[in-house]
Amino acid sequence: MNLAILVMLPFIGAILPLLVSTRPRWMITLSAASVTAISLALLLTLAPQSLQGLVPSFHVDWLPALGLSFSFRLDGLSLLFAGLILGIGLLIVIYAHYYLSENDNSGRFFACLLLFMGSMLGIVTADNLILLWLFWELTSISSFLLIGYWFHQSNARRGARMALAITGAGGLALLAGILLIGNIAGSYQLDAVFAAAESIRAHSLYVPALLLVLLGAFTKSAQFPFQFWLPHAMAAPTPVSAYLHSATMVKAGIFLMARLYPVLGGTPEWFTIVTLTGLATMLFGAYFALFKTDLKGLLAFSTISHLGLITMLLGLGSAGALLAALFHILNHATFKAGLFMIAGIVDHETGSRDLRKLSGLRKFMPFTMVLAVITSASMAGIPLFNGFLSKEMLFVESYQQHLFGGLSWLVPVLVTAGAMLSVAYSIRFVHGVFFDKVAENLPKQPHEPPLMMRAPVIILAALCVVVGVIPMFVASNLLQTAVAVVSPNPVEVAISIWHGFNLALLMSVLAIIGGIGIYVYREDLLSFNRQFDHHDAKEVFAKIVKSVTNFCDGLMSRIETGSLQRYIAALLILTVVFVIPELYQINQLTGSREQLPVNAVSLAGALIIILAAIGTAAFHHQRLTSLMMLSVVGLMVSLTFIHFSAPDLALTQLVVEVVSIILMILALFFMPQRIPKASSGSRVARDILLAGFVGGIVGTLNYALLTRPINSISDFFLENSVSGGGGTNVVNVILVDFRGFDTLGEITVLAIAAAGIHKLLNNLRPFMPSSDVDGRPWHRVKHPLLVQTVSQAILPLALMVSFYIFLRGHNLPGGGFIAGLITASAMILQYMANGVDWVKHRFNYNYQTLAAVGVMIALFTGVGSWFFGHNFLTSWFTHVHWPIVGEFEFATAILFDLGVYLTVIGATLMILANFGQMTTRHRPRQEKH
Amino acid sequence: MEALYAVTVGVLTACSIYLILRGRSFPIVIGITMLSYAVNLFLFSTGRLVLNQLPIIGNQPDYTDPLPQALVLTAIVIGFAMTAYSIILAVRVRGELGTDEVNEPNQNDGEAQR
Repeated sequence: MNLAILVMLPFIGAILPLLVSTRPRWMITLSAASVTAISLALLLTLAPQSLQGLVPSFHVDWLPALGLSFSFRLDGLSLLFAGLILGIGLLIVIYAHYYLSENDNSGRFFACLLLFMGSMLGIVTADNLILLWLFWELTSISSFLLIGYWFHQSNARRGARMALAITGAGGLALLAGILLIGNIAGSYQLDAVFAAAESIRAHSLYVPALLLVLLGAFTKSAQFPFQFWLPHAMAAPTPVSAYLHSATMVKAGIFLMARLYPVLGGTPEWFTIVTLTGLATMLFGAYFALFKTDLKGLLAFSTISHLGLITMLLGLGSAGALLAALFHILNHATFKAGLFMIAGIVDHETGSRDLRKLSGLRKFMPFTMVLAVITSASMAGIPLFNGFLSKEMLFVESYQQHLFGGLSWLVPVLVTAGAMLSVAYSIRFVHGVFFDKVAENLPKQPHEPPLMMRAPVIILAALCVVVGVIPMFVASNLLQTAVAVVSPNPVEVAISIWHGFNLALLMSVLAIIGGIGIYVYREDLLSFNRQFDHHDAKEVFAKIVKSVTNFCDGLMSRIETGSLQRYIAALLILTVVFVIPELYQINQLTGSREQLPVNAVSLAGALIIILAAIGTAAFHHQRLTSLMMLSVVGLMVSLTFIHFSAPDLALTQLVVEVVSIILMILALFFMPQRIPKASSGSRVARDILLAGFVGGIVGTLNYALLTRPINSISDFFLENSVSGGGGTNVVNVILVDFRGFDTLGEITVLAIAAAGIHKLLNNLRPFMPSSDVDGRPWHRVKHPLLVQTVSQAILPLALMVSFYIFLRGHNLPGGGFIAGLITASAMILQYMANGVDWVKHRFNYNYQTLAAVGVMIALFTGVGSWFFGHNFLTSWFTHVHWPIVGEFEFATAILFDLGVYLTVIGATLMILANFGQMTTRHRPRQEKH
Repeated sequence: MEALYAVTVGVLTACSIYLILRGRSFPIVIGITMLSYAVNLFLFSTGRLVLNQLPIIGNQPDYTDPLPQALVLTAIVIGFAMTAYSIILAVRVRGELGTDEVNEPNQNDGEAQR
């Protein structure tokens, strides 16, 4: 449990800096620092268990069907990395407080930093590969936010985008690789994957899985040829560079390789790819670090080089090499984070990071100089500093391997060359900045930074020395448990400074002498280097991105033309294309079901529908005519329902038809009533053809369906309607009882649509015609007396009918829907006959509330059954014997139906009354003109 | 009778599709409304065409399938909500843009008009 809290704490804590972001800066820093410190303390309480080899773990299922679980483990490897993440994280928070200026939004900075910290902890402690991947992607995102922290700078935005594109693409590859591994192993849990290691390595998909996982690791850890994003990520604030791009995030790829080494490692493929990539990256980075004039650029390339070194060690894969890799991870994090902080201090105090401008700073910053000397010496691999120890181990491993056969000697030679370059750029860092003549014309007068800004560097530099002098005392326990997780063979951790006179010592000496030599003759090397035409990776990357976006733009402009007609046509054509082959497979169109005979009445009815439908389409330019034709279709549909034994449907259709035609006539008032012929002949021909095709398909399907025997689940409803639902009208019982949940959803949708319409009508200034289409003014009598009188007489009758329909709905055709619509249309008649103001004066009721109350009643009727220990919407009914009235049935379903009834009234009137108001509200202003 | 019913549904569908393919909002709304009639008739007919067998428990020997009826009843009401929403949307668009054309005007034209 503590472990899960440890991982989640930074995520939760990320809110804190945002909450206090308007407070003084020290409070923001304190909030971030305390979150980190608590996490670190938690880690320290768990560490003893972990060091004893008991792996603290936590497991909760998340999506078991996908093999995803929320599970963590803290083994030796996790502990090593988690310690780095939290320990250096705490130092970074303190440092960042002094580094960021007053103008920077430090709340946002620390929130992103904590987000990153949590994601990183998640990667190293995840016990499930998919969970690991999730956190992996989160680091990409939080790193994007942190690199782009100064988003007003274009290079920060570009660097952030590039880092996200490269690491994000790698993340996708990693996911694919993980899925392959999980598929072979049958589980994504680490233990199961470790157990299946043999079968994974023997599987035919091993090589693809390996390549995909390595692609993810190499992009994240900036291995050649994906190294180019890292130098551009230096646009980030220096604390971010120190934390993400030297100590932690770029090591995620390394961590992944170490984590999966027991599963994927040890094969010739692993060895060849990983070792050679590491070697190439190491040399590439070291060489280019020498020529960088930007301090952070130098450190970035040096980081690439050191990451290559660690990768190479993981590739070699002997027990000693794995130990050396883990040890170097630790050492590199301490000295490189320190160096980045020093670069930040120099930048902060002088206003420049340019090696061509900086020199002789020892006069002004003697203390910083000492720190720089210590950390650089560690980077160069000078004895008594921690970098020396791991580099010495690398030398030993490099000549003890015989993996390249007769060419194996090349490895130690190239490694020594890399070490020479490393010494050379380390000297350059110290000598270039702090020695030589005193620099002039710096943007600021340099001086020592505040003590607290130096303090994190002091701690890191002290670690370099302490680990360098007494490695066994400080680190052996941690390394022992960590390497036991990675290495398949048992390893005895024995690190000492003095091994006697051996080849490794000779290589060290050569590296130091060679490095000094390279630094002294650096000008010659520089002019040699200038002969080559260097492509800037940024431009190549930008060119690729540009060509991809151009291609997509071209494609989009062709597909997305902004023409609704074309979209719909394309959709329909596709549908036709997909349906026709299916229809082709129906052997026989007419099924075996006995057909009904055609009689004259239904023939006439069908002809009326067909003619009215064609008329609606044909006269669509004359909109009122078209609308009248449509209403004929609607009424005939209603008759069709009654003809084929569906009285409820017929009633509903009838009332809905009335209401929607009124609505459309009202809308027509605001629309152009006649329009010029807009479509070309070919367009009309195409549309008729397409419409004919679709109609033909639908008709064919319908015929095929109608003539086939029925096999329905409805027998259940017919049998249980009376006994279970207490009603004889099966359709109504289905609506309010069996499928009551659907109806609840449906009235909710109705209420939402009405609310949407209410919003749409808000602040609308519709187009108001002052006369009809032929130029005749509107009639001066708005509300004819005859209609007024009749409508007022109808209202109580209509209300009574609707109440009757509502009550009998459970047993005979009727129910809440129909009754609601009848009430609503009676009200609409009042609006039409007497005007909005007249109705408002007499019946001022808020329809929104009515609709909401209706939904609530329906909902609480459903909830009510919980109190009696039944499922949601379980209905209950009883027969009550009333005096005089006689036997009376009472069912909870009628309450539900009441909800439906009120919602339908509320929603319908909300739509029509609101819309009708439009005409009244603006009319007087219209007439003033 | 079945063939007649199917032809009617087919013609309704065809006419509504033709209306939906028009370039102005009002015919499209009419088309959508008519298409919902066609769809409702189609769905209703999955219970097959049955005469004089109301789904009301009483003294008949046999009943028609009540389930499609219940589904179509809600579909009619939802169809009304959709018709209402789309027609109001059309009015709003007319009020905002001054036109009832549904195709996005060419960007260049838009600039010129401003």
